[in-house]
Amino acid sequence: MAAASPIPALRPWTGRPIIADRRLRWTLGIAFALYLAAAIGTIEADWVRIWEGLDRGWAFVAAFSNPDFVTRWRDISEGLLESLTMTVVSTAIGIAISIPIALGAARNLAPLPVYYLCRGIITISRSFQEIIVAILFVAMFGFGPFAGVLTLSFATIGFLAKLLAEDIEDIDRSQAEAVRATGGSWMQWLNYGIQPQVMPRLIGLSLYRLDINFRESAVVGIVGAGGIGATLNTAFDRYEFDTAAAILIIIIAIVMIAEYASGIIRARVQ
Amino acid sequence: MPLTGTAEGPVWRRRTSGRQWAIWSAWLAGTALFVACWQVISASTTWFFVTDSPRVIADIGSRMVPPAWGYLGKLWEPMWDTINIATLGTLLAIVMAVPVAFLAARNTTPSALVVRPIALLIIVSSRSINSLIWALLLVSIMGPGVLAGIIAIALRSIGFIAKLLYEAIEEIDRSQVEAVTAAGAGRGQVMAYGIVPQIMPAFAGIAVFRWDINIRESTVLGLVGAGGIGLQLQSSLNILAWPQVTVILLLIVATVLVSEWVSATVRHKII
Repeated sequence: MAAASPIPALRPWTGRPIIADRRLRWTLGIAFALYLAAAIGTIEADWVRIWEGLDRGWAFVAAFSNPDFVTRWRDISEGLLESLTMTVVSTAIGIAISIPIALGAARNLAPLPVYYLCRGIITISRSFQEIIVAILFVAMFGFGPFAGVLTLSFATIGFLAKLLAEDIEDIDRSQAEAVRATGGSWMQWLNYGIQPQVMPRLIGLSLYRLDINFRESAVVGIVGAGGIGATLNTAFDRYEFDTAAAILIIIIAIVMIAEYASGIIRARVQ
Repeated sequence: MPLTGTAEGPVWRRRTSGRQWAIWSAWLAGTALFVACWQVISASTTWFFVTDSPRVIADIGSRMVPPAWGYLGKLWEPMWDTINIATLGTLLAIVMAVPVAFLAARNTTPSALVVRPIALLIIVSSRSINSLIWALLLVSIMGPGVLAGIIAIALRSIGFIAKLLYEAIEEIDRSQVEAVTAAGAGRGQVMAYGIVPQIMPAFAGIAVFRWDINIRESTVLGLVGAGGIGLQLQSSLNILAWPQVTVILLLIVATVLVSEWVSATVRHKII
């Protein structure tokens, strides 16, 4: 064998980077690193306070192995009942309002002015955090679960109407056309041509929203809009971590059950 | 096909009688539940405040305009904090969520019997508890401040990122992994060359999506003392300075719209 020409050193294959342009990649990388340094630099942490708090942190972790359901059971059960009823009422009201708005926000059903109006309502509902809406509603309608119900219904509209409208825009046109061709009225067209096509998605989204509304109902109480959040807030304020742990365990358990149940129902309707 | 016999012959119906009855009874049960729940809500509502609300709304509305634009100057620093809480919280969450996702995915978990359920429990616990509740807890443990907010956002985001990521890992193309394995790669190399490139676009999309959500969530963390613009919102509300509240709300909406635009652009470029 003749003296083989030396094999050029192979660079190991590294794959394709996610940003193809090299200059852009480096600029973005450096900018991000600078931002990160600046951001971390402005964090003010009171290490003494944190060190003192570690005991409480540990007490909280320990409380999970020994949650106290009993001492404040009256408060917990009242808060929980309020949260659950708020969830049901607000989801039902939210769905009832979302459906007409979704019909209006579907480009294949609605004329342009209606479309813009409904899309506008959806955008407004989506751009405000639940808590901020809750604060405003509490200021307007007073403390209590009524403000919470309004908040969650308002938030449901943005979520459900947007996703439902997108589903309506994706329907199979030929089915709707067939109903129209047999001389169906507008209501019959909706009822037989469109509703059966979007029903599984509507049920799935409603169940998902029910789940979200329960989780949110645990929070709006912090600003006075009813539900278990107020009980939880009090428990943290009094450093009663065993009660707080009990409430959190109940919330997690209900969310898990709801997720499991909605999984079964969704598998059946789809 | 469900038909009804009439004098003029069979007529088409949408559902069989049994199914129709089932649907009607479901509606009945649902309505009864709604009414029962409504009564609970109604009992704990002070209706005087509700009937009085048109006056209050008009009052607040008239106080909110004109917005106190001069207040805007004091808001840049809290806004910077808010954006940092969201960004650093998302980064911290990514660091913790990636291992959890690999432990939770059926095809990468070291043990489907022991490790996977634990990872799934971490995911569901993190997802069920809102960042505001995490913030309440952390503020009571480590005192108010931006750091509590960052950790609260991170703890809430772990579940979200890990859930979407492990679903992406479970949906990867097996043949690429097999090809890398067949070339004699070790476990780490299979991960780096067989799995990671496949989930990278999904991962980047999920991270940016969560960052966008976190911007919204971090605007309210200040209400419980965890830093950011929520602190200013809380103090303005406490002194009923409605013109300042208007400015804060407008700034929040503007930030949310910008972050949504950024996240939509990035996801559009990736996918």
